[in-house]
Amino acid sequence: MLGFLKRPVVVTADINLNVVALTAVGLLSRLWQLAYPRAVVFDEVYYGQYISFYMKRIFFLDGSGPPFGHMLLALGGYLGGFDGNFLWNRIGAEYSSNVPVWSLRLLPALTGALSVPMAYQILLELGFSHCAAMGAALLMLIENALITQSRLMLLESVLIFFNLLAVLSYLKFSNSQKQRPFSLSWWFWLMLTGVACSCAVGVKYVGVFTYLLVLAVASVHAWHLIGDRTLSHVRVLCHLLARAAALLVVPALMYLLFFYVHLILVYRSGPHDQVMSSAFQASLEGGLARITQGQPLEVAYGSQVTLKNVFGKPVPCWLHSHQSTYPMIYENGRGSSHQQQVTCYPFKDVNNWWIVKDPGRHQLVVGSPPRPVRHGDVVQLVHGMTTRFLNTHDVAAPLSPHSQEVSCYVDYNISMPSQNLWRLDIVNRESDADVWKTILSEVRLVHVNTSVALKLSGAHLPDWGFRQLEVVGEKVSRGYHESMVWNVEEHRYGKSQEQKERELELHSPAQMDVSRNLSFMARFLELQWRMLTVKSDGSEHKYSSSPLDWVTLDTSIAYWLHPRTSAQIHLLGNVVIWASASLATVVYALLFLWYLLRRRRSIRDLPEDSWLRWVLAGALCAGGWAVNYLPFFMMEKTLFLYHYLPALTFQILLLPAVLQHISDHLCRHQDSLCGWSP
Amino acid sequence: MGTPGWLSWLTAFTSGRDPRSESWDRVPHWALCSVGSLLLPLWDETHFGKMGSYYINRTFFFDVHPPLGKMLIGLAGYLSGYDGTFLFQKPGDKYEHHNYMGMRGFCAFLGSLLVPFAYLIVLELSKSLPAALLTAALLTFDTGCLTLSQYILLDPILMFFIMAAMLSMVKYNSCANRPFSAPWWFWLSLTGINLAGALGVKFVGLFIILQVGWNTISDLWHLLGDLSLSVVTVGKHLTARILCLIVLPLTLYTATYAVHFRVLNKSGPGDGFFSSAFQARLSGNNLHNASIPEHLAYGSVITVKNLRMAIGYLHSHRHLYPEGIGARQQQVSEPFVLSVLRQHQAVDPLDPSFPVEFVRHGDIIRLEHKETSRNLHSHYHEAPLTRKHYQVTGYGINGTGDSNDFWRIEVVNRRFGNRIRVLRSRIRLIHLVTGCVLGSSGKVLPKWGWEQLEVTCTPYLKETLNSIWNVEDHINPKLPNISLDVLQPSFPEILLESHMVMIRGNNGLKPKDNEFTSKPWHWPINYQGLRFSGINDTDFRVYLLGNPVVWWLNLLSIALYLLLGSIIAVAVQRGARLPAEVEGLSQVLLQGGGQLLLGWMLHYFPFFLMGRILYFHHYFPAMLFSSMLTGILWDTLLRLCAWSLASSSLARGVYVVGLLSLLLGTAYSFYLFHPLAYGMVGPLAQDPRSPMAGLKWLESWDF
Repeated sequence: MLGFLKRPVVVTADINLNVVALTAVGLLSRLWQLAYPRAVVFDEVYYGQYISFYMKRIFFLDGSGPPFGHMLLALGGYLGGFDGNFLWNRIGAEYSSNVPVWSLRLLPALTGALSVPMAYQILLELGFSHCAAMGAALLMLIENALITQSRLMLLESVLIFFNLLAVLSYLKFSNSQKQRPFSLSWWFWLMLTGVACSCAVGVKYVGVFTYLLVLAVASVHAWHLIGDRTLSHVRVLCHLLARAAALLVVPALMYLLFFYVHLILVYRSGPHDQVMSSAFQASLEGGLARITQGQPLEVAYGSQVTLKNVFGKPVPCWLHSHQSTYPMIYENGRGSSHQQQVTCYPFKDVNNWWIVKDPGRHQLVVGSPPRPVRHGDVVQLVHGMTTRFLNTHDVAAPLSPHSQEVSCYVDYNISMPSQNLWRLDIVNRESDADVWKTILSEVRLVHVNTSVALKLSGAHLPDWGFRQLEVVGEKVSRGYHESMVWNVEEHRYGKSQEQKERELELHSPAQMDVSRNLSFMARFLELQWRMLTVKSDGSEHKYSSSPLDWVTLDTSIAYWLHPRTSAQIHLLGNVVIWASASLATVVYALLFLWYLLRRRRSIRDLPEDSWLRWVLAGALCAGGWAVNYLPFFMMEKTLFLYHYLPALTFQILLLPAVLQHISDHLCRHQDSLCGWSP
Repeated sequence: MGTPGWLSWLTAFTSGRDPRSESWDRVPHWALCSVGSLLLPLWDETHFGKMGSYYINRTFFFDVHPPLGKMLIGLAGYLSGYDGTFLFQKPGDKYEHHNYMGMRGFCAFLGSLLVPFAYLIVLELSKSLPAALLTAALLTFDTGCLTLSQYILLDPILMFFIMAAMLSMVKYNSCANRPFSAPWWFWLSLTGINLAGALGVKFVGLFIILQVGWNTISDLWHLLGDLSLSVVTVGKHLTARILCLIVLPLTLYTATYAVHFRVLNKSGPGDGFFSSAFQARLSGNNLHNASIPEHLAYGSVITVKNLRMAIGYLHSHRHLYPEGIGARQQQVSEPFVLSVLRQHQAVDPLDPSFPVEFVRHGDIIRLEHKETSRNLHSHYHEAPLTRKHYQVTGYGINGTGDSNDFWRIEVVNRRFGNRIRVLRSRIRLIHLVTGCVLGSSGKVLPKWGWEQLEVTCTPYLKETLNSIWNVEDHINPKLPNISLDVLQPSFPEILLESHMVMIRGNNGLKPKDNEFTSKPWHWPINYQGLRFSGINDTDFRVYLLGNPVVWWLNLLSIALYLLLGSIIAVAVQRGARLPAEVEGLSQVLLQGGGQLLLGWMLHYFPFFLMGRILYFHHYFPAMLFSSMLTGILWDTLLRLCAWSLASSSLARGVYVVGLLSLLLGTAYSFYLFHPLAYGMVGPLAQDPRSPMAGLKWLESWDF
């Protein structure tokens, strides 16, 4: 315990001045005049709004990526004391004085700067020389596209940082595997690999490609480990479990953690609420929660309800009816029932209220005690303002002729009887005796006579239907679809017998008390699902490009232009680096194929260890380029040059590796390129 | 309706002989026997039957699939005496006197060959008769395969070629010890031929090409590693494969297109999908045998057509854009007879004393709408629908407008020189003042625009087909007319164009948001079938649904296979020494089963990446592979069980009982579910009187 008395405590610091110098130059190049220009540059206009949402703690939905990246940017805003008050509406707009531009751009710049020494380390860990490693780091340092991208409030440099960190820590881990498995540093690097991978995925979905690459390399290594007969079975199992925990479980937990923090941070209702389900909205502060707070939970006969469509596409809306009837004859000559229109209306309105009625009784009020409606019960729905019954019949719907028309029944005294019985089918029921619950229950209303379900068809009615959305009855047998599912949003027990009183009641806001909490997993799953399915408008953009343009650098993006002086920021790659890096990839592929075929014929051009080094460098660098580039050919979204940057960094790492290989093995009799020999 | 079919089925059933010939002889009858029983076209028969008729009538049509399948259907119809006069308008129209049996019989025949093919493939891969029999039974007793093979559809033809390619590949693998022998060459080239067939029927034939490609690469890799072979021999192997598996299929595939274009030489419903130059080939089209001046000159009167599929001509009419939508000027939309005029034309170009001057690439021109004498005009106002583009209008009085009427004409393909050639030159019109390009957004204008397509001027100078135009009609009395035959595109150009049109067509088949659509994960669990005909209880109903017993067994088998496969692989990698018996079985399981698993994955997983609308029947090729895997797996599993038991009589008992119960189980389930395939009349399954009562095991099945 008192060992330090016997032996002095010695700290040996091993400082690689190369790394220090590279970090310093990296920081200098990325941080110099960081706050210039004090104006919104390109996609800052887009990320900025989310930062503002975080600052104001307002819920938002963004389909472009998981929340970790946005949160990191928001952290910069938080540290700089940003209050979120800035209108992010135009590229080139001057920042007002409350926007801490420097600290907002600091994080991407730091990660961009750190990528430089990391490139150095990666090449060293891959077993290449210091000269090659310096080369890789210098190329990263002077690549102007990377500099441009790092100096702004954008996420690519953060993504690249985590990609490189994942690769670097995996290499550190796999190099310590040979000497000291299960040591502290072994665990550290293994865990860091998992964490870096999940951070990369958390910044942008495309980070998943690097994650998959690391997983693939790790599984090949694990397969060799299984084949290692010097290890006992138990030892192999421990190795596999450690890897599975670090590379599968940790990233999954981290990913959940990002969402957990995200949902804690943004807890207020905001402009994107509408897209979410009623239950999710009710879990946010303000907004729907203020209205639904205190509603009775169980829907009973006589309840007054509004019904929201669960699918909510093209827009979220509520079941609605109004005095107007369907036109007798449509424009295309088909006839209608000329009964009262039933539509789906995307705004709150007094005409969205319906009363749940027991077909066997006459009253429209809730009895005492209330009789709850259960799964399988047959009900009638009465439109609150017009007291007409929700009805469907074998008449073609106005815009979807293969489905049935849904109307509110008007008795014209012709031979068309009312068919207004609906069976309640609770989709997310736990048992068949479940009670219909406000907000929580997702229900289908199945017509008793014709077995059609009430459905939002997605089409907008013409002018006669006030451009509201069409509601139809579709055969249940056509298959289950969320557009057939509805939930009660606002709810109260009806008390007024008389129509006049009832109208007054409908106009007054609902108030009573029950609070509802949605579990984190339910909120996570819903949010993640909506993020993945949110439709980007796929609009064309002046600077969008196709993946083929990237390699040849046939495209560029004007990021910012000073309105008077014409000073500008332009994203453009360094042609020399791009061309030589692409050339290196081609040379690598050809040489690899050449060696591979010759090895198959038992001609060993390379000693075994340099062959393995050559393969690993290719798997990680050429592979990293391929997995970060090729999938873009399959993507349908609007693409820009900056999407290529993660792939480019891997290509840049490959260039010095190929050069050293050529100088070591192919030009042995000539002067080596760096004047350095192994 | 079903009775005659049943009788012939029974006779065929009782006349079964030894097990080997049984799967050869019996099964074809099963599919064939009920073929004639339906006198009305079902489901997609209305498409493919109609396309068969088009071949017989030689009318040009367009389809998103390559032509071979429909050509074979047409040929079968032609040979069996069908005259191509049935209209195939909607499912349920009666065939009446039309002779459709040849076409159905042809598809059913190919469909019934699947069973013997599967039998032979498994026999070759496992060398085990019971495994092969089990596979044959699974496919024979699968109601889905049966239903899909009975009608005039592309799927039986596609599956036939896929299985034939697989079979010949497996056969040729087993000839590997006798390279360059006659059977080796035979099976190798047959593989190539079948690959061409599969790709020629549907583009998903690409998956079997990938499978054969993978097999070939690993085969060559082994040969390369065999140091007893010289490099020259390996080179010969490589050349043989390039010849038989790349050159031969490509030639055949191209040949089907040559036949396709040669046969379909009359104008028909497919014309509009293709370019003007293409249309000039088709007799009956108004461009056929027309003669017009070749090069565009100032003063010419022309019509201009957009190059994108099914988008029409540049058009204008005497209607103004409504208030609130940009400038209130004359609408321009697609489907203009235009005069091409110089930038500042003082002289009437039609004045005979005025010399002929050709329009060239880069010239600044003005286009005047002949009917209304207004100029094609654009300006900084947003377009009616595509807000990011500029509005295009007709402007000016009697040809006098302003500087916004000038356009620079550019030829995209300058192979024909700087002049603008009718039909062949692809031109872009760039607005001089704003620098935008004239294009069509493809969106349909509302009623005020007569539901024509919107024309805009796009500021994004990307080269898309939307902004490329070609000159179609051309009148200029001062120029000599030439025959359009001179301008006809060459075969490679037609081939390329038709592929572009097919790809665009496929990409255009997008599912709608609010509709139920079949998802790939539904398929292996047999979640929902496809209704071929009939809805109500009085209709004759045929429902495409896999035999649930077979399909769920397949699903279980894949899981078991993965489990067993990985256990064996890890054991081997850990250096465990397997007994000789197990060693042999695991070889069959890993290698033979591995190929089938790869086939299943290749024919299934790519669908998860497809953006187009998908249907249940897309799974059937994958299902064939999955059934063959089931055959091999259960045979191996039962043998392993038998091996682990000590006494030999007990072991044999276990094996035989296991196999028999699988066979009888599937046969009985077929007996239960056969009305789905052969058709049923009467109450729906909810009704206890229905023949299908109690068989609606999943809520989502709809029969």
